[in-house]
Amino acid sequence: MSVDNLIEVRNLRQTLSGQEILRGVNLDIPRGETVVLLGQSGGGKSVFLRHLIGLIRPLSGSIKIDGEEISRLSERELEPVRRKIGMLFQDGALFDSMTVFDNVAFPLRERGERSEKVIREKVAHSLELVSLQGQEKKMPVNLSGGMRKRAALARAIISEPSCILYDEPTAGLDPIVSDTINRLIRRLQTQLKVTSIVVTHDMISTNYVADHVALLREGRIHFTGTLSALHSSTDPVIRDFIEGRSHEID
Amino acid sequence: MKFPYSFPVTRAFCTYLGQVAFLAGETFTSIFAGRIRWRLVLQQVDEIGFGSQAVVIITGAFTGAVFTAQTFFQFSALNMSSAVGPVVSVALCRELGPVLTALMVAGRVGAAMSAEIGTMKVTEQIDALRALAVNPVDYLVVPRAVAMMISMPLLVGECLFFGIIASYLVAVKLLNVGSVYFIHNMWNFTHGKDIVMAMSKGVVFAILIVFIACQQGLNTKNGAVGVGRSTTEAVVISSLCILIGNFFLTMALNIVFPAGAH
Ligand SMILES: Nc1ncnc2c1ncn2[C@@H]1O[C@H](COP(=O)(O)OP(=O)(O)O)[C@@H](O)[C@H]1O
Ligand SMILES: [Mg+2]
Repeated sequence: MSVDNLIEVRNLRQTLSGQEILRGVNLDIPRGETVVLLGQSGGGKSVFLRHLIGLIRPLSGSIKIDGEEISRLSERELEPVRRKIGMLFQDGALFDSMTVFDNVAFPLRERGERSEKVIREKVAHSLELVSLQGQEKKMPVNLSGGMRKRAALARAIISEPSCILYDEPTAGLDPIVSDTINRLIRRLQTQLKVTSIVVTHDMISTNYVADHVALLREGRIHFTGTLSALHSSTDPVIRDFIEGRSHEID
Repeated sequence: MKFPYSFPVTRAFCTYLGQVAFLAGETFTSIFAGRIRWRLVLQQVDEIGFGSQAVVIITGAFTGAVFTAQTFFQFSALNMSSAVGPVVSVALCRELGPVLTALMVAGRVGAAMSAEIGTMKVTEQIDALRALAVNPVDYLVVPRAVAMMISMPLLVGECLFFGIIASYLVAVKLLNVGSVYFIHNMWNFTHGKDIVMAMSKGVVFAILIVFIACQQGLNTKNGAVGVGRSTTEAVVISSLCILIGNFFLTMALNIVFPAGAH
């Protein structure tokens, strides 16, 4: 065995509403590393992430997590897999009937933590990591988009998953908070050996957090490699992406 | 493969029925496996049971009152005004009480359930539950189903109680039916089985409402418009199912609890 992969995706295909979104994605995520997934908006990045925790079942292809094929598992069989993985949804997906505190405490309570003292401490710590201290009592509707995303991130990391999927963690955040989030992603990796997939358009974030980069284009992985390989690439598609060029004629 | 496609309506109907039945099956499996979050059940009982009381009391009272008045007008022409009590109480127990309670609860609670779950669906909160390894049926449907099955028979009982009180007031205080006759006849012709029938219907209607509403919620698509649509459909479909189901229930329960006989 050459590399120890936490996630192995082979030939993943998906069609939604008659539209072919993933046309054979192959991607390995090495354990303990951070892979940034780049790609155009609407290119299927969120759809891809949802496959990795079984929220969508592949049309065909294989997804192995920790060596276990998950694409045929039932909802209940997926639960142990999902406990290992935290997911930050693109729009946060906070429970809007609960306060920020109860949202962040939710995974702990659902996993049987009964001590309110432990819960309070962990929630406070988790909120501090995303610089949201003091917002515990607010309802999600009363938060700005960026705050909602950070609260969702606090909820995703509170149960200390060994793998975290971030769907555009810095989109809509100001540069300073973005930097906090980037540092947090890095820190979770170096200190807790968390494996991460970060979907983003943000090149600053990419440069900060990535060990490996993958580019999703037209339903396939167009490029994978290290961050420096990305930057030294001469492939016009990649150059356009890095430099933010469109080919529209004005 | 030709048959189902040549009858799109039949096919859609069967699919729908299958989905509701499947949801009910999953829910009861979880209930019997003991996956019940009692804290959420209490919360729902509070919302469904306590919250619906005002509506149900008013419905029961005015139905009892108007039914008494009308029965009196018709019966007194035949010199049978002392029969008003039992006619009203039997009709309330066997039909009006459970059906009207269920219709009011469908409008109030069924709509709220499908709107809430539907909103959670379109804002990815259901996916967030799943991603956090929490089964949405266990978390959302089981507490609502348990709470409904506890609350509905009690609400039906409450509806009957206030219906009969109102009936007494209208008959005795307003229309001068003899109080002793009224009570005596009502007591003689209303049996325990009538109350049992009312409560059993309440439980069946609770099941219809909760699974239709939750199925609508869980299958909501297309954002706010979709939430509106599933809410409307939840109320319309569950109301119709209550009325249609009531007919078959009456026929079936009449075999178990024959009318009249002691
Ligand atoms: N549930 C769905 N049903 C139908 N189409 C969908 C669904 N989810 C996403 N899509 C489509 O899949 C494509 C990829 O979406 P998405 O993964 O959200 O893109 P992004 O790369 O920006 O995250 C889009 O065209 C979107 O319309
Ligand atoms: Mg996306």
